[in-house]
Amino acid sequence: MAMTTANNGVNVQALLDAREVLKGAPEAAKFTWRASCKWRNGTHSKTDVSGFFGLGQEQKHKTETSFEADHPEIFASEDNGITPIEYVLVGLASCLTAGVAAVAQNRGVQLRSVESQLEGKMDIRGILGVDSDVRNGYDDIKVTFKIDADASKKEIEAIVAQSQKRSAVYDVITNPVNVTVEVV
Amino acid sequence: MQGSPRGEAPRSNKRLGESRRGHPIERVTTVVIGAGHAGLAASRLLAERSIDHIVLERGEIANSWRRERWDSLRLLTPNWQTRLPGYKYEGPDPDGYMTMGEVIAFLSHFAALSAAPVRPSTNVTSVTRVDGGYHVATSTGDIRCRSFVIASGACNLPSVPSIRSAIPTTVEQFTPFEYRNPDLLPEAGVLVVGASATGIQLAAEIHRSGRPVTLSVGEHVRLPRTYRGRDVLWWMDASGVWNQRLEEIDDLARARRLPSPQLVGTPDRTTLDLNALAAMGIDLVGRLAGVRDGRALFSGGLRNLFSLADLKMERLLDTFDEWARAGARDTGISEPERFEPTRVPPTSRLQLDLRSGEIRSIVWATGFRPDYRWLHVPVVDEKGHLRHAGGVVDSPGMYALGLPVLRRRKSSFIHGVEDDARELIDHLYGFLRGC
Repeated sequence: MAMTTANNGVNVQALLDAREVLKGAPEAAKFTWRASCKWRNGTHSKTDVSGFFGLGQEQKHKTETSFEADHPEIFASEDNGITPIEYVLVGLASCLTAGVAAVAQNRGVQLRSVESQLEGKMDIRGILGVDSDVRNGYDDIKVTFKIDADASKKEIEAIVAQSQKRSAVYDVITNPVNVTVEVV
Repeated sequence: MQGSPRGEAPRSNKRLGESRRGHPIERVTTVVIGAGHAGLAASRLLAERSIDHIVLERGEIANSWRRERWDSLRLLTPNWQTRLPGYKYEGPDPDGYMTMGEVIAFLSHFAALSAAPVRPSTNVTSVTRVDGGYHVATSTGDIRCRSFVIASGACNLPSVPSIRSAIPTTVEQFTPFEYRNPDLLPEAGVLVVGASATGIQLAAEIHRSGRPVTLSVGEHVRLPRTYRGRDVLWWMDASGVWNQRLEEIDDLARARRLPSPQLVGTPDRTTLDLNALAAMGIDLVGRLAGVRDGRALFSGGLRNLFSLADLKMERLLDTFDEWARAGARDTGISEPERFEPTRVPPTSRLQLDLRSGEIRSIVWATGFRPDYRWLHVPVVDEKGHLRHAGGVVDSPGMYALGLPVLRRRKSSFIHGVEDDARELIDHLYGFLRGC
């Protein structure tokens, strides 16, 4: 792989080193991500994210981040924040974008700008229970990247494809995952 | 520890020279396990070095080609490329692809010409490390050897994902070892899982039998059968891609687990890629990601798998074109071509109700793995793969042949075994001399 002077601000060497270390230490690779949510009023809630578990111990973000979620006014709500399903787009966009930067760095490709537009199509008859044949969530998600970089169109396409291949959020959206919801 | 002077065996050890059943233990310098192309090539080169050896074979020569292949299978490599040390195809159809019967005849003839010391119907039950080499327990007696060559193949057992246990019992399940032809399957829809050479070939022939096929596609390797008028495997060979050695390969672990390319050997040299399958009416769905409440759940990531495979194919074709241009080897070869991207179906199903009767059987074309349950030497890693450096196994005097990308990209193909075998038998010879 060509080692060039490309600098996208991603410490690829640290990632590659981690990959080597974790080959022999699968336990350290087991992470748990966490979020704590509190109902405010109506459809409004606030979710805090600060700590997670990984590399065998509790870890903390530099700062706690809070996310307000609500429904828009056309749903007769107060619109105190974006809708929960929009957070899915936030997660997907940021995950793929981080992947593009990392893969480009690893391939020695200098990025100048990476922008993307996301569209998630959803039929709200599902969540409203109008038609049981309609699913609740997105039935189609489209991500459109606009990337300015020192690379050919094919190389950029390959970087975006590899980013999807290694994306946690892309995986969890495209593949089923076990979900357990309990009341304590 | 009590003992006798060096070199003088204590009385109680006298029985070491006999096996449990009281038969004398046979002694031979080298044991080769497997009389397929790799084991027979090793035998030929051992004989050239005058190293006394035997080739243990659980069944007959070319056993897996006889018993573990479907009826219509032909080699992916053209006849002119099908060669072993000192032996090659010399028939009337160099561009054709051998049927299984022809492969069996080819290997049997090679074994006869080499006078390979093959011991058929001899099942190796255990190999252990002992002083001065290995103890090989077989169904017909025990053998001691100083060196050991594993040529038992990379495809001993079908790899089937654990979700097979969640499939409703009304759906029959087949691995490629059980599958022979479409007539064995119920006359209803078939879900073929996996789109490597096996998956695409079986999907096509099952669909042609009138059973509607749904093909679940994971990561795959797309290749045209011919490129610029030549067999794509001619290009792999001529351009040097197939000769790339371990140190030239970026991600060896990945290269070794790459699915087999989407190729089929047919007399008319057709390309059987996903576009061809879709045009036949085969329903392409994403990777089988799980089974829940009797429903098969497919990944929604099909589009990206298509992109990855298309991009990779284009890079390979670019490599071929550059090679041809650089050496002015273009004369007599037609112009570069590019192929239509894999067409993404307007909608692809994310679920399939396995209880509806639409699908009555599943064919697992999800790959194969080697079987080392008999190998009681600590050289197998937690994933079930041999620990070796280019076929030199991590135990003195032990070697492996015929595994994917063992020393070169071509290692697991019939013609690919010769270069590896020469180097490894050289190494083995040096080892014996150093003993």
